[in-house]
Amino acid sequence: MNLGNVILTGLKETWAHKVRSLLTMLGIILGVSSLVAMSALVKGMELGMKEALGAMGGLEKIRVESGELPLHQRHLEDRARGVTLQDVTALQSSAPLVNTITPTLSLSGRGSRTVVSRKGKYARPWVFDGTWPGALEINEHVIEYGRMFNELDNERARQVCVIGTDIRDELFGEPERPEDGVVPIGETLSVNGQPFTIIGMFEHYESKEMKKKREDYLEQKAVDPKTPEPRLRDHYVFRIKNRTIYVPLNTMLLNFRTGSTMNSAADARLSTLYMKIPDIELLEPALQQVRNVMMVNHNGLEDFSFRTDEDWANEITLAIKNARVSGGVIAAICLIVGGIGIANIMLASISERVREIGIRKSVGATTGDVFIQILVESVVLTMLGGFVGLMASYGLVLLVGHYSPSENEPVITVGSLMMAFCASVAVGLIAGLFPAVKASKLHPIQALKYD
Amino acid sequence: MALVELRDIRKIYHLGGEEIRALDGVSLDIEQGEFCSIIGPSGSGKSTLMHILGCLDSPSSGTLKLDGTEIQNATSRQLAGIRNQKIGFVFQFFNLLPKLNVLQNVELPMVYSGLNGRQRRERAMDALRQVEIDNRSKHRPSQLSGGQQQRVAIARALVNNPRIIFADEPTGNLDSHTGELILEMFRGFHREGRTIILVTHDPEIAVMTPRKIEIRDGKIATNLDRTLAGLDREIATATTT
Repeated sequence: MNLGNVILTGLKETWAHKVRSLLTMLGIILGVSSLVAMSALVKGMELGMKEALGAMGGLEKIRVESGELPLHQRHLEDRARGVTLQDVTALQSSAPLVNTITPTLSLSGRGSRTVVSRKGKYARPWVFDGTWPGALEINEHVIEYGRMFNELDNERARQVCVIGTDIRDELFGEPERPEDGVVPIGETLSVNGQPFTIIGMFEHYESKEMKKKREDYLEQKAVDPKTPEPRLRDHYVFRIKNRTIYVPLNTMLLNFRTGSTMNSAADARLSTLYMKIPDIELLEPALQQVRNVMMVNHNGLEDFSFRTDEDWANEITLAIKNARVSGGVIAAICLIVGGIGIANIMLASISERVREIGIRKSVGATTGDVFIQILVESVVLTMLGGFVGLMASYGLVLLVGHYSPSENEPVITVGSLMMAFCASVAVGLIAGLFPAVKASKLHPIQALKYD
Repeated sequence: MALVELRDIRKIYHLGGEEIRALDGVSLDIEQGEFCSIIGPSGSGKSTLMHILGCLDSPSSGTLKLDGTEIQNATSRQLAGIRNQKIGFVFQFFNLLPKLNVLQNVELPMVYSGLNGRQRRERAMDALRQVEIDNRSKHRPSQLSGGQQQRVAIARALVNNPRIIFADEPTGNLDSHTGELILEMFRGFHREGRTIILVTHDPEIAVMTPRKIEIRDGKIATNLDRTLAGLDREIATATTT
């Protein structure tokens, strides 16, 4: 008996019991579509997270921060200077594995009371950093209007700043599209009472996802002005970048640090040194080199710590893996339940077809022929379920995308479709195995006598 | 050499510790081209004998030679092949598959012998013409009368051109007129030289066949061959013990 015939028989058998087949397939349909939807959701999350990681400067960025001394050095606390400009000089001359070393003094983050104001309007920057021009490159910033401050601005400690679009929106009014906003170059704002001239503005940062959402909304609004505004909250990475103000490091030191401690001398302690490595492969040796240089420079006091985005990248990988496993388990349970349904209905089907099996055997069907016939019927059932499931998954993905807590659009991949379909075939094979063995072992005479 | 050679065939069932000897030492030769009936009351073992002859079952002991090959120890796969190629069955209850139409039912044995679609259709139509029911090839079995269904079943038995045709009470479910037509059809096949074994409990039907084998309590009680025995001389065979 050739395979084409067997498959045709299987299809006929499925068609002969349409409602029963459909109900049985439902389990497989749900299983397959949830498998596809789950992997689409996770894929969307993954892409979104990686985009955010890239926007933060990627894995090649190393941060060195002033930190607490380790326990065994605590008694030397008064000699710890923290990260200073001296370290920058030392690293520039002695650590060739890192480049674009950028010292930063930050007056933002938790506990800071930095407020910018202009003509009675206020804004709170999430990043207010005194830094070098290299910060532009290292933190993946792009100037759209005006210019970044330069070495000279820093040298002279000029009262100039570069701002992100959200700061502009709050001080100058929010345009409908970020591209249409005021270009505030040359305007003055005040930070904690000190006047600064705006000499540059970054471009508006957003994920591809958000850009699409925003444009769709504007398009729809043009057609129907009553369209409700969608929830436009981008990944926090992009929001941080839009709420950034950079000033030259020296300006920062002079304005906000001089005499800020009980000593009359300026505290030279910086917040962070940013630096880049040319290649991710060099991360470990570069970290070691930086550490060595810093230890010498700090007389063996380890009052600094390293931060890389490697941990973050690992977290992303882990989160994706977790999401995949938990989603996969749910989809697998769906498929198993579907498979049990298939096995059940196949058993019912063969017990009502004992006589048919007897007749087939009496005209020459072998045990193997009957086995293959029942197995193929089961696989045909799950394959049909798999097909319908793939189609249903498209709808399910839209539905999930609409209600999902994640800001990332689910992405259906060809791989996930193929995997889900293969899973449905595998379920058919496994579920059909026992009924097929049972049917093929029927004795022809007993089967013929059966009523 | 006989087409079928049975030597000391026994079939023993065990039912709850009790031993049931369905066949108890049956030896029998059937020649090519014979038309014989196996007759006996129910429970005599005639159905068991037919099942063993038809390769649907294996004997507990004894040897069975069919068309020159010994098959008492054949595997179920080999038995399926023999049923497919050398044996055609006609049953009391027709045993057609209700989901298939007449043509597909007749094609069924050829599906398992691996013929392609065109050959199957041609040969099935030939067989249907032989039993004069080719005008109903697209009907379902349920749309046909009993006699028509039995003719379809006969066409199915003929289609692979088997060495032996077994008919198990082929008229048992038909009215006497239709039964007569079916029996006439078998006589026709016999004249064409086919080997036919007819199992029945009805002496009136058994009388119509040239040879009559009577089974009682798992043994051959009478083995009468009128063509060999002249007119009415019965040979009462002393059954082997």
